[in-house]
Amino acid sequence: MLVEIRWHGRGGQGVWTASNLVAAAAAYGGKYVQSFPAFGPERSGAPVLSFTRVSDEPIEVHSMIYEPDIIVILDYTLLSPKIVEGLKSGGVIVSNYTGDVDFVFERLGIKRGDYRVLLVPASKLTLEILRIRATNTAMIGGLLKLGYLVRLENVERAIKERFSEPLAEKNITLVKRAMEETIEV
Amino acid sequence: MNILEFKPKYPREKQIMMLLNGDEAVAYATKQSYVDVVAAYPITPQTIIVERFSEFVANGEVHTEFIPVESEHSAMSACIGAAATGARAFTSTCSQGLALMVETLYIASGLRLPIVMAVTNRALSAPINIHGDHSDAYLMRDSGWVMLFVENVQEAYDTTIQAFRIAEHPEVQLPVSVHLDGFFLSHTMENLYVLPDEAVYEFLGGPRKLVKVKVDYFDEEVDYALNPAKPLSMGMLAFYDYYFEIKTQQVEAMKRAEKVIVEVNEEWYKLTGRRYGDGLVDPYAMDDADIVIVVMGSSASTVRSVVKKFREKGVKVGVLRVRSFRPFPHKTIARLLKEAKLVAVLDRAASPGSMGALYLDVISSLYMEKEKPIVINYIYGLGGRDLSPLLVFKLIEELAEDLKRGFVPEEKVVRYLGVRE
Repeated sequence: MLVEIRWHGRGGQGVWTASNLVAAAAAYGGKYVQSFPAFGPERSGAPVLSFTRVSDEPIEVHSMIYEPDIIVILDYTLLSPKIVEGLKSGGVIVSNYTGDVDFVFERLGIKRGDYRVLLVPASKLTLEILRIRATNTAMIGGLLKLGYLVRLENVERAIKERFSEPLAEKNITLVKRAMEETIEV
Repeated sequence: MNILEFKPKYPREKQIMMLLNGDEAVAYATKQSYVDVVAAYPITPQTIIVERFSEFVANGEVHTEFIPVESEHSAMSACIGAAATGARAFTSTCSQGLALMVETLYIASGLRLPIVMAVTNRALSAPINIHGDHSDAYLMRDSGWVMLFVENVQEAYDTTIQAFRIAEHPEVQLPVSVHLDGFFLSHTMENLYVLPDEAVYEFLGGPRKLVKVKVDYFDEEVDYALNPAKPLSMGMLAFYDYYFEIKTQQVEAMKRAEKVIVEVNEEWYKLTGRRYGDGLVDPYAMDDADIVIVVMGSSASTVRSVVKKFREKGVKVGVLRVRSFRPFPHKTIARLLKEAKLVAVLDRAASPGSMGALYLDVISSLYMEKEKPIVINYIYGLGGRDLSPLLVFKLIEELAEDLKRGFVPEEKVVRYLGVRE
């Protein structure tokens, strides 16, 4: 089975790193993976994209992802109908968001039940635990809530390979908290 | 050899699974290749190669002398100097950097110095663009470098190591460039399997071995290297008296490289269990194919994945990935394509005033055949424009229509794929 994820965020939020971490965690779980960014002009705050493929078979495609199974949104100001373009029916939207749930559906231009929608209080938790604005690892907590893609222990391993201490441990705490506080609406 | 009993010397369980992007894979391969000198100047999307390698140097993980030069012209000049003394030298660049290097590329090949260079294929300005196409690669087409195009991260690793063997082979002694598509491979992380260090060391036969040359003032043959104890000159003046002979020797060496690429591909297979077609071309579903798509680099994956779907529907379509652009395997390509009915050659760079460079090579390969297919040229993916599966789908449908018609009007021989009208 091939799972394709499209990540939306802003330059500086760690979109590419998030994609790499999830790919690494999936690879530690025995999957074939691919993770790559779509670079525009490299500037902080600009909308950026990243892509992850996770598969049981070797991955034989080198193009961007047009029909993802999962869309992850690291910054709620990016919510718009355009962002869910191409999402497969029955697909999943995981967004950083705290607040009135109706707002999310309104901004995305979708109805309840069209897709699975998971909301992660990523900004809130990241500010609390890391005291920065890079919501990337918190969003991985949201993905873990799905229960299939990757396992927590493999995410932990990927984080430990990527960050040194004490940052790794803090990120792991953040991932776990985010997983607990993610809600499906 | 019975294929069922074949086991590589280092089967997968003896290799190490890593997660690297194309740039990191090239840097890691270079780290394992016992390189004496790396001289490089960073340029997107090659930057990670230089960053990673300079980390290996800073950590004391390699014995390499790393020269952070002030330009790509200097990078290649430093590699030429190092290789002339007998060192194994490596550099990497792309696009504008490669353009600045062009003058020295011809010197590296003319002096027969087995330098290896990774090129993270990127578009040339203007307009300025950092993304992947083959216009920089085509710029060095006639520079006398062996040019190998890779399809994925694993192959970027494998080919970088192979490149040293090919370059340094006594019958070749030519510089080799390894081409990986900017961003599509340079910045794409994939699983790959790497060999233990000692296996790479053994495959390369340790440090660079020098070839012997005859110099009239020594009785015995001497190493082809600048050595004060056995002095010789490189890069002498050669006018109409000798220039021509020296150039034809380069041409002959390039022909011999064809055989060496095939041998090294087989040897790699015995070592790792991985090979890429015959090393020169990597065919897929070609046996009974009416339609064949010829392509180089990372797009080959996307094309093949769509071709598989058409095959399931019974459409007789195949893929011929060209891995060795220089030397261009004319005979192999003619043999593989002559029985097809329709061939589409995909070029990721335009040649204003002519046709795609890959296309021209393919049609010239077929010219001497009595029976030959219709051959169409598609220019695609300029400036990193994505070749999506949908676009490949439309391409194959268009080709199926052409085949049904059995005829392609002259004005439709060269087409664009994925451009806005």
